[in-house]
Amino acid sequence: MGCGRVGARLAQMLTVAGHEDTILDIESSAFGRLGPDFKGTTMLGNGIDQELLRRAGIERSDAFVAATQGDNRNIMASQIAQHVFGVKRVVTRIYDPLRSSTFAALGLHAISPTIIGANSFYEELTGDKAPALPI
Amino acid sequence: MYAIIAGGGKVGFFLARELIEQGHEVLIIENVGERAEFISNELGNVVLRGNADEASTLAEAGAERSDVVVAVTGDDEDNLVICQVAKKRFGSQRTIARINDPRNEGIFRVLGIDATVNATQMMLSVLEQEIPHANLVPLLRLRNTDVEVVEAVLDQRSRVTGTALRHVDLPPESTIAVVIRDGSAFFPNGSTVLQPGDEVVALTRSTHEPRLRSLFFRER
Repeated sequence: MGCGRVGARLAQMLTVAGHEDTILDIESSAFGRLGPDFKGTTMLGNGIDQELLRRAGIERSDAFVAATQGDNRNIMASQIAQHVFGVKRVVTRIYDPLRSSTFAALGLHAISPTIIGANSFYEELTGDKAPALPI
Repeated sequence: MYAIIAGGGKVGFFLARELIEQGHEVLIIENVGERAEFISNELGNVVLRGNADEASTLAEAGAERSDVVVAVTGDDEDNLVICQVAKKRFGSQRTIARINDPRNEGIFRVLGIDATVNATQMMLSVLEQEIPHANLVPLLRLRNTDVEVVEAVLDQRSRVTGTALRHVDLPPESTIAVVIRDGSAFFPNGSTVLQPGDEVVALTRSTHEPRLRSLFFRER
Protein backbone atom coordinates (compact mmCIF):
# COMPACT_ATOMS: atom_id res chain seq x y z
CA MET A 1 0.00 0.00 0.00
CA GLY A 2 1.58 3.22 -1.26
CA CYS A 3 3.58 3.47 -4.46
CA GLY A 4 6.04 6.14 -3.37
CA ARG A 5 9.78 5.72 -3.69
CA VAL A 6 9.96 3.11 -0.94
CA GLY A 7 6.82 1.21 -1.95
CA ALA A 8 7.73 1.13 -5.65
CA ARG A 9 11.28 0.01 -4.96
CA LEU A 10 10.13 -2.71 -2.58
CA ALA A 11 7.57 -3.96 -5.13
CA GLN A 12 10.24 -4.12 -7.82
CA MET A 13 12.60 -5.99 -5.50
CA LEU A 14 9.89 -8.51 -4.60
CA THR A 15 9.00 -9.25 -8.23
CA VAL A 16 12.68 -9.58 -9.17
CA ALA A 17 13.03 -12.10 -6.34
CA GLY A 18 10.17 -14.10 -7.86
CA HIS A 19 7.32 -13.10 -5.54
CA GLU A 20 3.82 -12.19 -6.68
CA ASP A 21 2.69 -8.72 -5.55
CA THR A 22 -0.03 -6.09 -5.93
CA ILE A 23 0.72 -2.45 -5.23
CA LEU A 24 -1.95 0.12 -4.31
CA ASP A 25 -1.96 3.88 -4.62
CA ILE A 26 -4.61 6.58 -4.72
CA GLU A 27 -2.90 8.31 -7.66
CA SER A 28 -2.37 6.52 -10.94
CA SER A 29 0.64 8.71 -11.75
CA ALA A 30 2.49 7.07 -8.84
CA PHE A 31 2.70 3.80 -10.76
CA GLY A 32 5.10 5.53 -13.19
CA ARG A 33 7.80 4.91 -10.57
CA LEU A 34 7.59 1.18 -11.21
CA GLY A 35 9.05 1.46 -14.70
CA PRO A 36 7.88 -0.36 -17.86
CA ASP A 37 9.28 -3.76 -16.88
CA PHE A 38 7.30 -4.18 -13.64
CA LYS A 39 5.70 -7.63 -13.58
CA GLY A 40 3.42 -7.16 -10.58
CA THR A 41 -0.16 -5.85 -10.44
CA THR A 42 -1.12 -2.21 -9.82
CA MET A 43 -4.44 -1.18 -8.33
CA LEU A 44 -5.89 2.29 -7.89
CA GLY A 45 -7.55 3.00 -4.55
CA ASN A 46 -7.36 3.58 -0.82
CA GLY A 47 -5.83 0.83 1.31
CA ILE A 48 -8.08 1.50 4.28
CA ASP A 49 -11.07 0.46 2.16
CA GLN A 50 -11.75 -3.17 3.11
CA GLU A 51 -13.60 -3.87 -0.12
CA LEU A 52 -10.62 -2.72 -2.16
CA LEU A 53 -8.24 -4.85 -0.07
CA ARG A 54 -10.46 -7.82 -0.73
CA ARG A 55 -10.43 -7.16 -4.47
CA ALA A 56 -6.65 -6.85 -4.30
CA GLY A 57 -6.62 -10.43 -3.00
CA ILE A 58 -5.62 -9.74 0.61
CA GLU A 59 -7.46 -12.88 1.76
CA ARG A 60 -4.92 -15.11 0.02
CA SER A 61 -1.89 -12.91 0.71
CA ASP A 62 1.06 -13.90 2.87
CA ALA A 63 2.19 -10.38 3.71
CA PHE A 64 1.00 -6.76 3.79
CA VAL A 65 3.11 -3.60 3.80
CA ALA A 66 1.77 -0.09 4.53
CA ALA A 67 4.18 2.52 3.22
CA THR A 68 2.13 5.64 2.44
CA GLN A 69 3.11 9.11 3.67
CA GLY A 70 0.41 9.05 6.34
CA ASP A 71 1.25 7.35 9.66
CA ASN A 72 -2.41 7.01 10.63
CA ARG A 73 -3.44 5.57 7.28
CA ASN A 74 -0.63 3.03 7.53
CA ILE A 75 -1.63 2.13 11.09
CA MET A 76 -5.30 1.68 10.27
CA ALA A 77 -4.71 -0.33 7.09
CA SER A 78 -2.23 -2.59 8.86
CA GLN A 79 -4.63 -3.26 11.71
CA ILE A 80 -7.35 -4.10 9.17
CA ALA A 81 -4.95 -6.52 7.45
CA GLN A 82 -4.04 -8.08 10.78
CA HIS A 83 -7.39 -8.21 12.57
CA VAL A 84 -9.97 -8.41 9.79
CA PHE A 85 -8.10 -10.49 7.21
CA GLY A 86 -5.65 -12.34 9.47
CA VAL A 87 -2.59 -11.60 7.30
CA LYS A 88 0.40 -13.24 9.00
CA ARG A 89 3.18 -10.81 8.19
CA VAL A 90 2.30 -7.11 8.38
CA VAL A 91 4.89 -4.34 8.32
CA THR A 92 3.99 -0.69 8.88
CA ARG A 93 5.90 2.52 8.23
CA ILE A 94 5.38 5.00 11.09
CA TYR A 95 7.45 8.19 10.87
CA ASP A 96 6.60 9.46 14.36
CA PRO A 97 8.89 7.55 16.80
CA LEU A 98 6.45 7.94 19.68
CA ARG A 99 3.53 6.59 17.70
CA SER A 100 5.75 3.87 16.37
CA SER A 101 6.52 2.64 19.90
CA THR A 102 2.85 2.89 20.94
CA PHE A 103 1.68 0.71 18.07
CA ALA A 104 4.58 -1.69 18.38
CA ALA A 105 3.28 -2.25 21.92
CA LEU A 106 -0.17 -2.84 20.40
CA GLY A 107 1.20 -5.60 18.19
CA LEU A 108 2.23 -3.91 14.94
CA HIS A 109 5.60 -4.55 13.38
CA ALA A 110 6.55 -0.89 12.94
CA ILE A 111 9.46 0.58 11.03
CA SER A 112 10.29 4.21 11.80
CA PRO A 113 12.36 5.83 9.00
CA THR A 114 12.91 8.76 11.37
CA ILE A 115 14.78 6.63 13.88
CA ILE A 116 16.64 4.65 11.20
CA GLY A 117 17.61 7.85 9.34
CA ALA A 118 18.76 9.79 12.40
CA ASN A 119 20.76 6.79 13.65
CA SER A 120 22.51 6.40 10.27
CA PHE A 121 23.45 10.09 10.20
CA TYR A 122 24.72 9.91 13.76
CA GLU A 123 26.87 6.89 13.02
CA GLU A 124 28.28 8.45 9.81
CA LEU A 125 29.07 11.69 11.64
CA THR A 126 30.61 10.32 14.80
CA GLY A 127 31.72 6.81 13.94
CA ASP A 128 29.98 5.68 17.14
CA LYS A 129 26.88 3.58 17.57
CA ALA A 130 23.75 5.75 17.89
CA PRO A 131 22.60 6.01 21.51
CA ALA A 132 19.06 4.98 22.38
CA LEU A 133 16.75 7.86 23.32
CA PRO A 134 13.90 7.46 25.85
CA ILE A 135 11.48 7.46 22.89
CA MET B 1 -16.74 15.58 33.64
CA TYR B 2 -13.56 16.50 31.78
CA ALA B 3 -13.87 15.84 28.05
CA ILE B 4 -11.09 16.19 25.49
CA ILE B 5 -12.44 16.79 22.00
CA ALA B 6 -10.03 16.05 19.16
CA GLY B 7 -10.96 18.12 16.12
CA GLY B 8 -12.50 21.59 16.15
CA GLY B 9 -14.63 21.30 13.03
CA LYS B 10 -18.39 21.78 13.13
CA VAL B 11 -19.06 18.61 15.12
CA GLY B 12 -16.31 19.34 17.67
CA PHE B 13 -17.29 22.97 18.02
CA PHE B 14 -21.00 22.41 18.65
CA LEU B 15 -20.31 19.45 20.92
CA ALA B 16 -17.99 21.62 23.02
CA ARG B 17 -20.49 24.46 23.14
CA GLU B 18 -23.26 22.17 24.44
CA LEU B 19 -21.01 20.48 27.01
CA ILE B 20 -19.76 23.82 28.32
CA GLU B 21 -23.35 25.00 28.63
CA GLN B 22 -24.09 21.90 30.74
CA GLY B 23 -21.25 22.89 33.06
CA HIS B 24 -18.61 20.36 31.94
CA GLU B 25 -14.92 21.02 31.55
CA VAL B 26 -13.91 20.80 27.90
CA LEU B 27 -10.73 21.13 25.85
CA ILE B 28 -10.71 21.12 22.05
CA ILE B 29 -7.53 20.11 20.25
CA GLU B 30 -7.35 21.82 16.85
CA ASN B 31 -4.35 22.00 14.53
CA VAL B 32 -5.41 24.81 12.20
CA GLY B 33 -4.42 28.14 13.78
CA GLU B 34 -7.21 30.18 12.25
CA ARG B 35 -9.85 27.72 13.35
CA ALA B 36 -8.37 27.51 16.87
CA GLU B 37 -8.55 31.30 17.09
CA PHE B 38 -12.18 31.31 15.96
CA ILE B 39 -13.10 28.74 18.62
CA SER B 40 -11.39 30.62 21.45
CA ASN B 41 -13.13 33.83 20.35
CA GLU B 42 -16.49 32.05 20.52
CA LEU B 43 -16.07 29.72 23.49
CA GLY B 44 -13.21 31.16 25.53
CA ASN B 45 -9.97 29.59 26.62
CA VAL B 46 -10.84 26.00 25.75
CA VAL B 47 -8.55 25.33 22.78
CA LEU B 48 -5.17 23.69 22.55
CA ARG B 49 -3.44 24.11 19.22
CA GLY B 50 -1.78 20.90 18.09
CA ASN B 51 -2.17 17.45 16.60
CA ALA B 52 -4.29 15.18 18.74
CA ASP B 53 -2.69 12.07 17.27
CA GLU B 54 0.62 13.04 18.87
CA ALA B 55 1.09 11.75 22.39
CA SER B 56 2.80 14.97 23.48
CA THR B 57 -0.33 16.98 22.62
CA LEU B 58 -2.57 14.58 24.50
CA ALA B 59 -0.20 14.77 27.48
CA GLU B 60 -0.35 18.57 27.40
CA ALA B 61 -4.14 18.33 27.26
CA GLY B 62 -4.16 16.28 30.47
CA ALA B 63 -5.41 13.09 28.85
CA GLU B 64 -4.56 11.00 31.89
CA ARG B 65 -7.06 12.87 34.07
CA SER B 66 -9.79 13.11 31.42
CA ASP B 67 -13.02 11.18 31.70
CA VAL B 68 -13.54 10.84 27.99
CA VAL B 69 -11.67 11.45 24.73
CA VAL B 70 -13.91 12.17 21.75
CA ALA B 71 -12.31 12.04 18.29
CA VAL B 72 -14.38 13.92 15.73
CA THR B 73 -12.02 14.87 12.91
CA GLY B 74 -13.16 14.24 9.34
CA ASP B 75 -10.78 11.29 8.83
CA ASP B 76 -11.54 7.83 10.19
CA GLU B 77 -7.86 6.84 10.36
CA ASP B 78 -7.03 9.89 12.49
CA ASN B 79 -9.96 9.25 14.84
CA LEU B 80 -8.91 5.62 15.25
CA VAL B 81 -5.29 6.47 16.07
CA ILE B 82 -6.26 9.28 18.49
CA CYS B 83 -8.50 6.89 20.46
CA GLN B 84 -5.92 4.09 20.47
CA VAL B 85 -3.12 6.40 21.64
CA ALA B 86 -5.39 7.84 24.35
CA LYS B 87 -6.23 4.35 25.59
CA LYS B 88 -2.79 2.80 25.36
CA ARG B 89 -0.61 5.66 26.61
CA PHE B 90 -2.98 7.51 28.93
CA GLY B 91 -5.36 4.78 30.02
CA SER B 92 -8.39 6.80 28.94
CA GLN B 93 -11.52 5.44 30.57
CA ARG B 94 -13.67 6.04 27.56
CA THR B 95 -12.97 6.82 23.92
CA ILE B 96 -15.62 7.78 21.41
CA ALA B 97 -14.93 8.11 17.69
CA ARG B 98 -16.76 9.64 14.78
CA ILE B 99 -16.80 7.31 11.77
CA ASN B 100 -17.50 8.43 8.21
CA ASP B 101 -17.38 5.14 6.29
CA PRO B 102 -19.94 2.70 7.79
CA ARG B 103 -17.70 -0.21 6.76
CA ASN B 104 -15.13 0.90 9.33
CA GLU B 105 -17.43 0.24 12.26
CA GLY B 106 -16.22 -3.34 12.69
CA ILE B 107 -12.52 -2.57 12.90
CA PHE B 108 -13.11 0.19 15.48
CA ARG B 109 -15.02 -2.30 17.61
CA VAL B 110 -12.36 -4.99 17.24
CA LEU B 111 -9.67 -2.50 18.27
CA GLY B 112 -11.45 -1.59 21.48
CA ILE B 113 -12.88 1.87 20.79
CA ASP B 114 -15.69 2.17 23.34
CA ALA B 115 -18.29 3.80 21.13
CA THR B 116 -18.62 5.06 17.59
CA VAL B 117 -20.98 7.54 15.98
CA ASN B 118 -21.61 7.21 12.30
CA ALA B 119 -23.65 9.96 10.67
CA THR B 120 -23.78 8.16 7.33
CA GLN B 121 -25.26 5.05 8.94
CA MET B 122 -27.75 7.10 10.96
CA MET B 123 -28.90 8.94 7.86
CA LEU B 124 -29.24 5.63 6.05
CA SER B 125 -31.36 4.14 8.83
CA VAL B 126 -33.69 7.13 8.81
CA LEU B 127 -34.01 6.91 5.02
CA GLU B 128 -34.80 3.21 5.19
CA GLN B 129 -37.50 3.84 7.79
CA GLU B 130 -39.01 6.42 5.45
CA ILE B 131 -39.55 3.78 2.75
CA PRO B 132 -42.01 1.29 4.23
CA HIS B 133 -42.57 -2.14 2.65
CA ALA B 134 -39.42 -1.78 0.64
CA ASN B 135 -37.01 -3.67 2.78
CA LEU B 136 -35.80 -5.08 6.01
CA VAL B 137 -35.41 -2.06 8.29
CA PRO B 138 -32.47 -2.29 10.68
CA LEU B 139 -33.71 -1.02 14.05
CA LEU B 140 -30.54 -1.52 16.06
CA ARG B 141 -27.47 -3.63 16.46
CA LEU B 142 -26.88 -5.11 19.91
CA ARG B 143 -23.79 -3.57 21.46
CA ASN B 144 -20.50 -5.36 20.73
CA THR B 145 -22.16 -8.13 18.74
CA ASP B 146 -23.21 -8.79 15.16
CA VAL B 147 -26.80 -9.42 16.27
CA GLU B 148 -29.29 -7.10 14.61
CA VAL B 149 -32.89 -6.26 15.39
CA VAL B 150 -34.75 -5.81 12.10
CA GLU B 151 -38.29 -5.01 11.15
CA ALA B 152 -40.34 -5.94 8.09
CA VAL B 153 -43.89 -5.34 6.90
CA LEU B 154 -45.10 -8.47 5.11
CA ASP B 155 -47.10 -8.43 1.90
CA GLN B 156 -48.86 -11.10 -0.21
CA ARG B 157 -45.64 -12.13 -1.90
CA SER B 158 -43.89 -13.00 1.32
CA ARG B 159 -42.98 -16.68 1.67
CA VAL B 160 -43.60 -16.66 5.44
CA THR B 161 -47.31 -15.89 5.25
CA GLY B 162 -50.10 -18.46 5.18
CA THR B 163 -48.24 -21.30 6.91
CA ALA B 164 -47.77 -22.09 10.57
CA LEU B 165 -44.37 -20.77 11.72
CA ARG B 166 -43.16 -24.24 12.68
CA HIS B 167 -43.23 -25.14 8.97
CA VAL B 168 -41.37 -22.00 7.91
CA ASP B 169 -37.72 -22.53 7.07
CA LEU B 170 -36.08 -19.67 8.97
CA PRO B 171 -32.35 -19.03 8.42
CA PRO B 172 -30.10 -20.29 11.24
CA GLU B 173 -29.63 -18.05 14.29
CA SER B 174 -32.72 -16.04 13.41
CA THR B 175 -35.90 -15.67 15.36
CA ILE B 176 -39.14 -13.79 14.92
CA ALA B 177 -39.57 -12.07 18.28
CA VAL B 178 -42.69 -9.98 18.00
CA VAL B 179 -45.56 -9.55 15.54
CA ILE B 180 -47.65 -6.39 15.37
CA ARG B 181 -51.10 -6.96 13.86
CA ASP B 182 -53.89 -4.38 13.76
CA GLY B 183 -51.95 -2.16 16.15
CA SER B 184 -51.33 -4.72 18.89
CA ALA B 185 -48.24 -6.77 19.53
CA PHE B 186 -48.01 -10.47 20.32
CA PHE B 187 -45.27 -13.06 20.74
CA PRO B 188 -45.59 -15.72 18.06
CA ASN B 189 -45.20 -19.48 18.61
CA GLY B 190 -44.98 -22.48 16.30
CA SER B 191 -48.67 -22.42 15.46
CA THR B 192 -48.82 -18.71 14.60
CA VAL B 193 -49.77 -18.08 10.95
CA LEU B 194 -48.40 -14.80 9.65
CA GLN B 195 -50.56 -12.65 7.37
CA PRO B 196 -49.90 -9.94 4.78
CA GLY B 197 -49.84 -6.60 6.60
CA ASP B 198 -48.18 -8.05 9.71
CA GLU B 199 -45.26 -6.08 11.09
CA VAL B 200 -42.55 -8.48 12.15
CA VAL B 201 -39.64 -7.73 14.47
CA ALA B 202 -36.86 -10.30 14.11
CA LEU B 203 -33.43 -10.97 15.60
CA THR B 204 -30.65 -12.25 13.36
CA ARG B 205 -26.92 -12.24 12.83
CA SER B 206 -25.88 -9.75 10.17
CA THR B 207 -24.49 -12.60 8.03
CA HIS B 208 -27.96 -14.19 7.80
CA GLU B 209 -29.75 -10.94 7.05
CA PRO B 210 -29.85 -11.51 3.25
CA ARG B 211 -31.54 -14.90 3.72
CA LEU B 212 -34.09 -13.40 6.07
CA ARG B 213 -34.73 -10.64 3.57
CA SER B 214 -35.33 -13.11 0.76
CA LEU B 215 -37.67 -15.13 2.97
CA PHE B 216 -39.72 -12.06 3.82
CA PHE B 217 -39.76 -10.40 0.42
CA ARG B 218 -38.96 -12.78 -2.43
CA GLU B 219 -41.98 -14.12 -4.35
CA ARG B 220 -43.00 -17.68 -3.60
